[in-house]
Amino acid sequence: MKLNRRRVRAIFTKELREYRHNGNIIFAMAFLPLIFLIQPLIQVFTLPTTASVSLRQEHSLLYMLGIPVLVPATLAAYSVVGERLQGTLEPVLSTPIRREELLLGKALAAFVPSVAVAYAVFALFIVLVELFARSAVASALIRGPDLLAQILFTPLLATWSIWVGIAISAKSSDPRIAGQLSILFSLPTVAVTSLIAFNVIPATLDTVIVLGGALLILVRLGERFASALFDRERLITTTK
Amino acid sequence: MSNGPALSAQSLSKRFGDREAFREVSFEIGYGEVFGFLGPNGAGKTTTVRTLGTLIVPTSGSATVAGIPLTPENGVEIRRQISIMPEVPGLYLRLTVAENLSCFADLYEVPHPKERMDGALSAVKLAERADDACGTLSKGLRQRVALARALLNDPQVLFLDEPTSGLDPAAARDVHELIDDLRRRGVTIFLTTHRLEEAERLCDRIAILNTTLRTIGRPDELRDRLFARTLTVTTLAPLPEPDRVFGGIPTLDNWRSDTPATYVLTVSDTAKAAPAVARALVSAGADVLSIAESHHSLEDVYLELIDHHDEGNSG
Repeated sequence: MKLNRRRVRAIFTKELREYRHNGNIIFAMAFLPLIFLIQPLIQVFTLPTTASVSLRQEHSLLYMLGIPVLVPATLAAYSVVGERLQGTLEPVLSTPIRREELLLGKALAAFVPSVAVAYAVFALFIVLVELFARSAVASALIRGPDLLAQILFTPLLATWSIWVGIAISAKSSDPRIAGQLSILFSLPTVAVTSLIAFNVIPATLDTVIVLGGALLILVRLGERFASALFDRERLITTTK
Repeated sequence: MSNGPALSAQSLSKRFGDREAFREVSFEIGYGEVFGFLGPNGAGKTTTVRTLGTLIVPTSGSATVAGIPLTPENGVEIRRQISIMPEVPGLYLRLTVAENLSCFADLYEVPHPKERMDGALSAVKLAERADDACGTLSKGLRQRVALARALLNDPQVLFLDEPTSGLDPAAARDVHELIDDLRRRGVTIFLTTHRLEEAERLCDRIAILNTTLRTIGRPDELRDRLFARTLTVTTLAPLPEPDRVFGGIPTLDNWRSDTPATYVLTVSDTAKAAPAVARALVSAGADVLSIAESHHSLEDVYLELIDHHDEGNSG
């Protein structure tokens, strides 16, 4: 089946326009990353030079992988149930759009700003650490493999989180419950990244490959699962 | 545009579990026809529209929409040729009118979307509100935006579900004029409505649905089919011998007197009977106040069919 780019783009553009006009979404997108930014910054700025030894044993930067998990989860959780509540789902489904095109447009609209925010916050963190933290602390904290892991895992985690959010949104009739469930289902992923960050799970090359592979599989499964839960007839004819 | 019907259904049925939405519905609608679909709440009108619009799958039966067989594989192709305006406008309220239409122009892959959007907005007299957020518009204006949206893809078949619901008389008149205009352009319109006078004014034919199709035909045909033709005669004083006066009237089936000096004559041909009645009354020396042909509205037809059905059910 060939997806129509124009229709995917139509949904993507529409979603971005809705974000722009919705202060709550802007706030949600900004608030969560700020928590991830401010708290560790305060900690890092107050660390003495001697702390650099223990920092070298950890992968504290990976803690920020929580951003690409949590931010898109909140966006995706509203994607389908929000349309149902507004009464806009029926007109959209009355057009030639395919289910896969609609879901892809929505997924991209959650993916692009979430990943942009995650990278931006991460970049800001690095710049501030380089500028204001003690140089021994900065060099212990910012290491090539961790940067690479952050760059590679951010889109993967965001995509997984988005498909989970869309699947929940397609099955839910209440946006508040959808939002809470999406966050809840994202927590195991955040837990895994945190355990790696604090060296409970050793961050070896094997771990990275296994987790990367697992995420790729989960992303594919998540997409299929979300697509299967998007039952056009149920979504239009019932409030369940 | 094919030579066959624009829309056809053969024994189309839809069940949701134990509940029957509609059953054994069959009809054919020609291109350019305005077809009214009437029925009480819960009769299955909207479900029929959704089924024909490929939003839900029928349980049994078959149909063609814009000449294309109604199958899941043909869903995209059918939806290219049709538009559905649901009862609830379903607009993105935070977006402007133009942003709403732009999204749908892309979903329909409309060529030259700007021109098409301008044309649709002009048709519903909303060109000057293009940059207003839909959330700031009144219910009537939102309804018009939804109508403009439904016109974007230049549909062969347009489904209008209660298009004037909640509109003031002036706004409803504008919608009626637009429907007339679309009819002149050859667009097939499938109109579900509760407004019987609207159906009577706009529709070439109507169908009355109450889970099953009760009747289908032109409004005047339905009246003739359901109601006998009658002449109502009113005189200044009661006739002393009405049997003698009405005895020789051609095509008279029977007569009755509901109130003194008022007589209802059931005839098979009013054109032949009315002059004869006038002559008979004059020769009998009666002072005639009026001789009028009784008119039954579409509402009478509707109530007759729906009430009859309800009585049948309660019995």
